[in-house]
Amino acid sequence: MPLLWLILIVLAIAAAGYVLGRSRALASAGGDIRQLHSLPSYYGSNAALKAVVPALLLLVLWLIAQPLYINSVISGTLPDELISEGSSRGLLMAEVSRTAQGLDLAVSQGVIDEGVASDPAADFNAMTDRLKQAGAIVTSQITQPVLNAAQRYRSMSHTGTAIMSIAVIIIAVLGAFYGIRQSSAQFRARNVVEQGVRVLLVAAASIAVLTTVGIVLSLVFNTIEFFRLYPASEFFFGLSWAPSFSGRGGSSELGVLPLLWGTIYISIVALIVAVPVGLFAAIYLSEYAGSKVRAVAKPLLEVLAGIPTIVYGLFALLTVGPLLVSIFGDGGVLGVSWQGGGRAVITAGLVMGIMLIPFVSSLSDDIINAVPQAMRDGSYGLGATKSETIKQVVLPAALPGIVGAILLAASRAIGETMIVVLGAGAAARLSLNPFEAMTTVTAKIVSQLTGDSDFASPEALVAFALGMTLFVLTLGLNVFALYIVRKYREQYD
Amino acid sequence: MSDMSMDSAAPRRSSKSLHEVDARTRRRNAAETRFKACGIGAIAIGLFFLVVLVVAIFRSGLPAFTQTVLDVEFALTQEQYEDAESQLFKTKAYSQAFNGALKTQLDESGVTLPFDEASIERIAGKVGGTIREYFRANEDQLGQPTSFQLAASSRVDGYMTGRVTRDGFQDSRFLTLADLDLVDALEDAGIIRTQFNWNFITGADSGVDNPGGAGIGASVVGSFFMMLVVLFLSLPIGVAASIYLEEFAPRNRFTDLIEVNISNLAAVPSIVFGILGLAVFIQFMHLPQSAPVVGGLVLTLMTLPTIIISTRASLNAVPPSIRDAALGLGASRMQSVFHHVLPLAMPGILTGTIIGLAQALGETAPLLLIGMVGFVARGYPDSFIDGFVEPNSAMPAQIYTWAARADAAFYDKAWGGIIILLMFLLTMNIIAIILRRRFERRW
Repeated sequence: MPLLWLILIVLAIAAAGYVLGRSRALASAGGDIRQLHSLPSYYGSNAALKAVVPALLLLVLWLIAQPLYINSVISGTLPDELISEGSSRGLLMAEVSRTAQGLDLAVSQGVIDEGVASDPAADFNAMTDRLKQAGAIVTSQITQPVLNAAQRYRSMSHTGTAIMSIAVIIIAVLGAFYGIRQSSAQFRARNVVEQGVRVLLVAAASIAVLTTVGIVLSLVFNTIEFFRLYPASEFFFGLSWAPSFSGRGGSSELGVLPLLWGTIYISIVALIVAVPVGLFAAIYLSEYAGSKVRAVAKPLLEVLAGIPTIVYGLFALLTVGPLLVSIFGDGGVLGVSWQGGGRAVITAGLVMGIMLIPFVSSLSDDIINAVPQAMRDGSYGLGATKSETIKQVVLPAALPGIVGAILLAASRAIGETMIVVLGAGAAARLSLNPFEAMTTVTAKIVSQLTGDSDFASPEALVAFALGMTLFVLTLGLNVFALYIVRKYREQYD
Repeated sequence: MSDMSMDSAAPRRSSKSLHEVDARTRRRNAAETRFKACGIGAIAIGLFFLVVLVVAIFRSGLPAFTQTVLDVEFALTQEQYEDAESQLFKTKAYSQAFNGALKTQLDESGVTLPFDEASIERIAGKVGGTIREYFRANEDQLGQPTSFQLAASSRVDGYMTGRVTRDGFQDSRFLTLADLDLVDALEDAGIIRTQFNWNFITGADSGVDNPGGAGIGASVVGSFFMMLVVLFLSLPIGVAASIYLEEFAPRNRFTDLIEVNISNLAAVPSIVFGILGLAVFIQFMHLPQSAPVVGGLVLTLMTLPTIIISTRASLNAVPPSIRDAALGLGASRMQSVFHHVLPLAMPGILTGTIIGLAQALGETAPLLLIGMVGFVARGYPDSFIDGFVEPNSAMPAQIYTWAARADAAFYDKAWGGIIILLMFLLTMNIIAIILRRRFERRW
């Protein structure tokens, strides 16, 4: 893999720069370290930093920009009449880049040689067979224009990569050379290096911002793309979710309301389980339990929070679902036949509630502990019992924090994926019956993006609109929760 | 306490003794007891769920670690071999020879049960192919007794582990009641037995029709490469970001923006990170689909807030006197941080990092979106570099794929996979706890 080699070469240049910069500085001071402005290692680091940072920055930018540039150039040369009914330029480009990858694969396996692969007059029928022989994933039949575009794509990306390697190495050498040239006794190497390190630190801290920007951009662009293909009003107010499977044709109904209802219903069931249990557990642990009980019970409860959600999903699908069917289902213990199958709102809600218990309990525990002892003592002094103190003094004082904790738990429940994918079912419906299968926003994101539908179809793009809904919903809940917690937190300090 | 409440509760001008509890006090004390019982009940419910979960995992997962095999001692003469090779249905000839050998072995152990080739095929699968392959590869073994170990079919496996039972059993083309009698007889004769299933730990995912051959090894390797990416990206970036925010950042709008972003990212649902990975890394940057390096990048972004929050806490726990002493001796601020504060905070940082990694290891949803589903885990990567870019799965995604398959025999594998996943998580958490206990300093 040439990329790894390129990085290693840059690092080697940097190492050489370090050694040379350091020795040049020492030489300029006549070997007397006291004559130098900074410690000798700073002169070396200066050269090394100047070699590595610009070169790797260029490498990353180039790697991002090159495919974009090539795509736009090639896509401009494809004639419009190639784009068949129900297809798009994006789909055609995907085919071109797949074919180019297939050519690379075939050449590396020796099925075809380089000359044939780049021959514009090559027979495309024979080429299709060869590519399939090499195990490349290509469409059933490559057409002549697509093959030629793929060949251009290949040659452009090969040239691009070659130019990139040379440019990166030149930049690294120049940087190292500049750093070495700077090394003299008067040069304030430490200040320069520390300034550089500081810039790197800021860059690392900015990644959090970049991530948010990336999330928002990837959601917004694809959502806009989706609303171009599908009316926004039908997405937001549609009462039916029935995506057609791609290839079979027909129009899809992609209304978000049934999914939102399923999400909210399952979250409500989860909170009905988690809030009382979590809250009472927190009250007991912080107000009643001795230190020994606390030392055992608190970590054990928190184990529930450390278990991956896939485990809960499997637990819902294979243990809780069948158990609930044997109670509420046909021929069950209660003799009612409310529940048809294991996958139901109550299954997913119950298991999600179990997952959220430690979440509610540890947050509430912290908040209850933060209520000043003086308030309890005052209540006891007036003759209240412990439970009366908790109910009438401690809980009201901690209420904003507890509400915040519950809102955070609700946002976790809304964003939870694996439990609902495995435990809640796949049918989208608007119903009040908790024993029926329903589905959620997250479950549909998974199913729409892991299916066979192409990224450019509304059936796949709807996942981004769903993701946007989810992002806005959870972000709103989090901000609201933090607002409540912050606003009332310092009331007693 | 109780005296106090009795005092206050005692009505005025009462002639009753203080030692006698009146109705109102009794009611209040009862409410107190009830409230306390609710608390105990809540903890009990929480712990009960934990126990149920653990029991369910182990009860359902342990069968994945055993497999049922048939031990058959079997000799094939040169003539038989040539005869079989000359026939049109070669594997059938081998099967016949095998059945003969099995029959004699059964007769020797005093079992007399009629059986035909079909039932052998239902129990052990198509044995002819396996035997032929072996003898074609080792022709020098011809004429010598060789003991074969043949994996039983998944339904026989289920019968041996108790998943398939006799009551309510219905004959199907996969297994009949008569076959179960034969299995019992074979077990008595010591021919069929269960053994530890190494293939489950080292193997790769199998096709949908072969639950017995499915293993988690390849996806463990996928998870390993992902964790390498996460470790080598999120630790330096997270530590650098925390150092900036904790030690150098001026109080201004940009710093506030970063802080708000970090706390929000910590609460963004993991599936949204999957969408980010799909749109940015695969659609926009054209990185390879299903590659552990992309999974690693996505999980890095997801883990960063966790690592930053814990790193900042441990940097904050280093007392200012350390910084002041370093500065007083002439160190620059950068030197005081990198030479003194950071080493002292390192145990806490590593603990936080390991916990962040454990979280990332168990994450499933984003991996499904970038294509790291179970069935791409078909083998080990050829080289170290290929490990990052070749399509592979990860443990939780593999478990999901098994759980979503129709054949119930895969459920055992899913539970077994969970045991392995939890063992990794447990190890990581124990390391984190040991690090914290051993090295964390209280100032």
